[in-house]
Amino acid sequence: MTGPKPVAGPQLAGQTSWASAIRLKDAGGQLADTVFYALVLFCALAILAVVGLVLYELVSKSQLSWHAFGFKFFLGQNWDPVNDQFGALPFIYGTVVSSLLALVLAVPLAIGVAVFTTEMSPRWLRGPLAFTTELLAAIPSVIYGLWAIFVLVPLLRQYVQPWLARYLGWTGLFEGPPYGIGMLAAGIILAVMIIPIISSITREVMTAVSQQQREGVLALGATRWEMIRMGVLRNARAGIMGGVILGLGRALGETMAVTMVIGNRPEIARSLFAPGYTMASVIANEFSEATGDLYLSALIEVGLALFLVTMVVNILAQLLVWSVTRGAPARTHA
Amino acid sequence: MPEDPINASSKAVPQINLRRRLVNAAVTFAAVGAVILVLTPLVAIFGYLVYRGVGSVNWAFLTQTPKPVGEAGGGMANAIAGSAFILLLASLIGVPFGIGAGIYLAEYGRNRFGDAIRFTADVLNGVPSIVIGIVAYGIVVLTQRHFSALAGGVALSLMMIPTISRTTEEMLLLVPNSLREASYGLGISRWRTTLSITLRTATSGVITGVMLAFARVAGETAPLLFTAFGNQYWNYRIDQPTAALPLQIFTYAISPFDEWHRQAWAGALVLIVLIVVSVSAVRIAASRGMLKGAN
Repeated sequence: MTGPKPVAGPQLAGQTSWASAIRLKDAGGQLADTVFYALVLFCALAILAVVGLVLYELVSKSQLSWHAFGFKFFLGQNWDPVNDQFGALPFIYGTVVSSLLALVLAVPLAIGVAVFTTEMSPRWLRGPLAFTTELLAAIPSVIYGLWAIFVLVPLLRQYVQPWLARYLGWTGLFEGPPYGIGMLAAGIILAVMIIPIISSITREVMTAVSQQQREGVLALGATRWEMIRMGVLRNARAGIMGGVILGLGRALGETMAVTMVIGNRPEIARSLFAPGYTMASVIANEFSEATGDLYLSALIEVGLALFLVTMVVNILAQLLVWSVTRGAPARTHA
Repeated sequence: MPEDPINASSKAVPQINLRRRLVNAAVTFAAVGAVILVLTPLVAIFGYLVYRGVGSVNWAFLTQTPKPVGEAGGGMANAIAGSAFILLLASLIGVPFGIGAGIYLAEYGRNRFGDAIRFTADVLNGVPSIVIGIVAYGIVVLTQRHFSALAGGVALSLMMIPTISRTTEEMLLLVPNSLREASYGLGISRWRTTLSITLRTATSGVITGVMLAFARVAGETAPLLFTAFGNQYWNYRIDQPTAALPLQIFTYAISPFDEWHRQAWAGALVLIVLIVVSVSAVRIAASRGMLKGAN
């Protein structure tokens, strides 16, 4: 605590008596208070303005494409800038499939890590574990991408994909030539990236479950796992769901790592080995080279769709997390 | 179930117990497995970064600009400087707005309107970074008719504001009310109390938030793609395309040249060292800040 030093403000520093000093301060203070209030209010309003600006920019600049294609934009499969034909379905498909794949891989692992850290790990290990997962969240997306290109993709191509094709090829999900690059690689790298978010929120809501719940279930003769399942996970499930959806929101908007490994081909294929394309990737790759107003407008419309979807997903997640932590705002970022 | 319930249950008990214990052991095993599986990529990423990066980071890398394709050597000095320039611009815009909004939320925002701002900040926090790039392109690049360092700075600042304002608010709320009351009791005006007593007490926490936001945007690539754009040469002007470290890593990583791959790893190592150092510094500052919070 910094002692009472600041009390000696400029108003009191002079030779004037206390009474006149206070009167002086009153006159100036009123105005200064108002100005200060206006200043911080302005900063707060700036946040509202920025979100408004985001919406305005996206909506107004995508009008051209909206008028040209209407709702068919989201159902068309043909992305042909040369002939000014734009359909965003392959990107929507790629975004949804890669994100869902990431969730399927990440959720069990993330919950496992959270369960271990809160309920099983020795006390001395908790801090380092939490710190390490935090570190995983601090790695920039472009470095995940770099690592994926040079380490993950060759691994997939040489070992994992041939194996999957041999034993699980009959599902139709693992067919075709094993490029390494493609939907599977994107899903895996996304999973690695969203595990820290899901597991830190799960940890947070699990910690919020009261100790009495645990003791009560244990007193009934439950094993540790039964205590975790009935006493903790069941009470925290809304919050955990919130964490999972927040992870989904992050996966949907993730750009760089996915762009580097998904293959960037606007096609819809059943096989996870096939290359794909996501909404964020197409903007990243084509925006600065988009010639023609309609092309640019179509890309911005993709951005608008992405913005609206992630907004809905994030709001849903936020409400779920709040429902468990009782209004204490969740730290959504590392 | 058989007719004799007592007999049946007494037989079943040891069996169920064994099953329950097995499930318990299996789950514990699975949880440990999950931890190991999650830590593997972390170790692999850092290990590989150091393995590939250390050999390539040298004096030339830190002091020279990129060489044309085919020529060995060269470095990312202009990208490192460019990143610093863009981050400085972003901080100049983002930090005052973020802290100001945080002050509003903590000191004046305990009402419906404050909740609306809080909610909007969370929405802004969740906007995909590539979309932020589009917006910065729309408001800066289109008006300037140039890709520029300023546009990159604006994009990153938009991402810093929500993080900074929410952490600033949290930290200011940790300051006990008795301190504010003591200050009012001495006749100090509200703005002066906020700045010299409340904000000052929470300084370390607020700095933590700023550093966190800084570390988060330092590695951002997507919003810079069509704002700062990248540059092969030095640039000191705010209205010209500027190189940035993450952009350069991206360009080199997806290129077909071995020499450029080597440089991408070196750049990644430099970037990660910068970020890890600031995140660790934040953790140390945060543990001190908690002590100061006087809860």
